[in-house]
Amino acid sequence: MSNVLVVAEVVGGAVTKATLTSVTFAREAAKRTGGQVHGLVIGQGVGAAATELAKYVSTVHVADDAALKNPIAEAYAQVVKAAAEAAGATVIAMGATAHGKDVMPRAAALMGAGMASDVTGFAGDGWGVKRPVQAGNVIATVEVTTDKKVFTTRPTEFEAAAEAGAAGAVSALSVSVGGLKTQFVSFDAVKSERPQLTEASVVVSGGRGLKEADNFHKIMEPLADKLGAAIGASRAVVDAGWVPNDMQVGQTGKVVAPNLYIAVGISGAIQHVAGMKGSKTIVAINKDPEAPIFQVADYGLVADLFKAVPELLEKL
Amino acid sequence: MKILVTVKRVTDYERKVKIKPDGSGFETEGMNFVPNPFDEIAVEEALRLTKEHGGDVVVVSIGPNDATQQIRQALAMGAQRGILVQAGELDSDAVARVLQKLVEKENPDLVLMGKQATDDDANQAGQLLAGYLGWPQATFASKTEGLESAEEKAQKPGVKVADGWASVAREADGGIETIKVQLPAVITTDLRLNHPRFASLPGIMKAKKKPIEEIPVASLGVDITPKVRVLKYEEPPARLAGVKVADVDELVNKLKNEAKVI
Ligand SMILES: Cc1cc2nc3c(=O)[nH]c(=O)nc-3n(C[C@H](O)[C@H](O)[C@H](O)COP(=O)(O)OP(=O)(O)OC[C@H]3O[C@@H](n4cnc5c(N)ncnc54)[C@H](O)[C@@H]3O)c2cc1C
Ligand SMILES: Nc1ncnc2c1ncn2[C@@H]1O[C@H](COP(=O)(O)O)[C@@H](O)[C@H]1O
Repeated sequence: MSNVLVVAEVVGGAVTKATLTSVTFAREAAKRTGGQVHGLVIGQGVGAAATELAKYVSTVHVADDAALKNPIAEAYAQVVKAAAEAAGATVIAMGATAHGKDVMPRAAALMGAGMASDVTGFAGDGWGVKRPVQAGNVIATVEVTTDKKVFTTRPTEFEAAAEAGAAGAVSALSVSVGGLKTQFVSFDAVKSERPQLTEASVVVSGGRGLKEADNFHKIMEPLADKLGAAIGASRAVVDAGWVPNDMQVGQTGKVVAPNLYIAVGISGAIQHVAGMKGSKTIVAINKDPEAPIFQVADYGLVADLFKAVPELLEKL
Repeated sequence: MKILVTVKRVTDYERKVKIKPDGSGFETEGMNFVPNPFDEIAVEEALRLTKEHGGDVVVVSIGPNDATQQIRQALAMGAQRGILVQAGELDSDAVARVLQKLVEKENPDLVLMGKQATDDDANQAGQLLAGYLGWPQATFASKTEGLESAEEKAQKPGVKVADGWASVAREADGGIETIKVQLPAVITTDLRLNHPRFASLPGIMKAKKKPIEEIPVASLGVDITPKVRVLKYEEPPARLAGVKVADVDELVNKLKNEAKVI
């Protein structure tokens, strides 16, 4: 019998939804280990987040230290290792966010653990887990064969966990992470009043069909405003610098699965589709009837976006 | 400075692989291989850094003998020499431990890698290597000035090296994070770090004469037993084919009354 540890991500003092989706995976894993789900909160001044997470797990370990203010993988990986020991955990999971992807493989190396990335679920009753490979063209079932197992879990594939019956304990974890060879310099946050791309129930995404940055803003923003949507983009327009990197949807960007995804002037390259094909309803607006995006769209509109989007806006 | 760059031979990302009927692997017939696109970005960055600071770029690939082709492509871009570690398909962990051995032999100041291989989509090897070496890591390196900038056109590196530290702008959740890592370090590349150059004809000619050292993986004394075993491959569930709507009115109607999403 051993426990399962979920590494939380804290943004603006609160536990993220991605963390709660990883708790759902962890509860499944705990059925296999016969143990309990523990949580780990790392940072500075993260007491409130720890109390919040305790509603979902049996014990929260909190490493609260000035040296942990910024999410530096070199430091955080050491904390994960120490917490896994403190928690008696053989399974360690975190959401497959940029932060999770940065920290967890390093932690796996420190623990001598094997790791499966971007897991979408268990394949059966054992330790086989499913994960997309080849830009989502193929689903692999893999098994981590080491005693300690590390996973990052794809947030769109799991429901956010419900609160457990009773609140768990909160336990301080002290880890000294001196002698770091990494220095935090700055964080340039993308400011947006809109819902978060990975959590929004409606996402409207624009591609190269919009022709220039100005059009992207003129066409996509009113549509997003109208629908209360988050805005995404294809790699082509992110590379062109029209919008921040953070908005790229796809294999190597964000994975989204809203109720409604509207792709405007996006061709539907496999790398883009990998990041949005889990959406409930997909709409594509593209002037090329052969565009591959129509193969995944529930509703395809072959039209010039410069006419169709303003008309849609009017009729919504 | 001496930079070790990794280049994985991957299946062409423009083509869909075919799964064998028993799900044990992929059909090799008609399969095309390319250098992992993130690794080409790593090679490009290494060339820019050594142009600015002097030094050599050593390209490493772990794979079958045919991976020599992908090493040659990097040599044609301008890298000085190559190392092929002859091995079958390894998991990211075994790759990291093989690289650890090579780092101990080669003593580079910097290891530049792609953030993820487009075949296994693991996004692990760089972080694992940094963990094993106890080196700092900067993953998902980007260019703050952007890919349309004057710096990019002048082929300036996005990674800034000075006084034994590298300053790296990283594609993080919700924005760009800048960190500094003390060399030696591991840096992995994201898409916005640079536009990799194409090999020139003289570059291709020169590459033919550049040395590629071949090292059988067994001679390195690394345990390459996978920590992650693939049990099977299968097709993802297909999305049901949708419909084309005639006009905006029909679209709005469907969204309201059929999909009930607005
Ligand atoms: C390693 C790697 C990773 C990648 N990762 C990602 C990723 O994560 N996300 C991603 O998106 N891409 C990714 N890509 C890039 C991907 O392969 C495509 O190049 C990219 O998605 C294309 O973007 P696009 O659809 O905007 O542009 P295009 O392919 O140029 O498509 C533009 C579309 O707009 C349509 N159009 C033009 N004018 C109009 C008009 N007036 N009205 C209506 N429609 C119009 C055209 O018919 C066309 O279909 C990756 C590629 C590689 C190699
Ligand atoms: N067999 C290999 N040979 C050389 N480099 C590799 C190999 N496998 C992985 N890498 C490097 O590690 C990075 C991350 O790979 P992965 O962890 O498989 O996603 C890749 O972009 C490569 O730079």
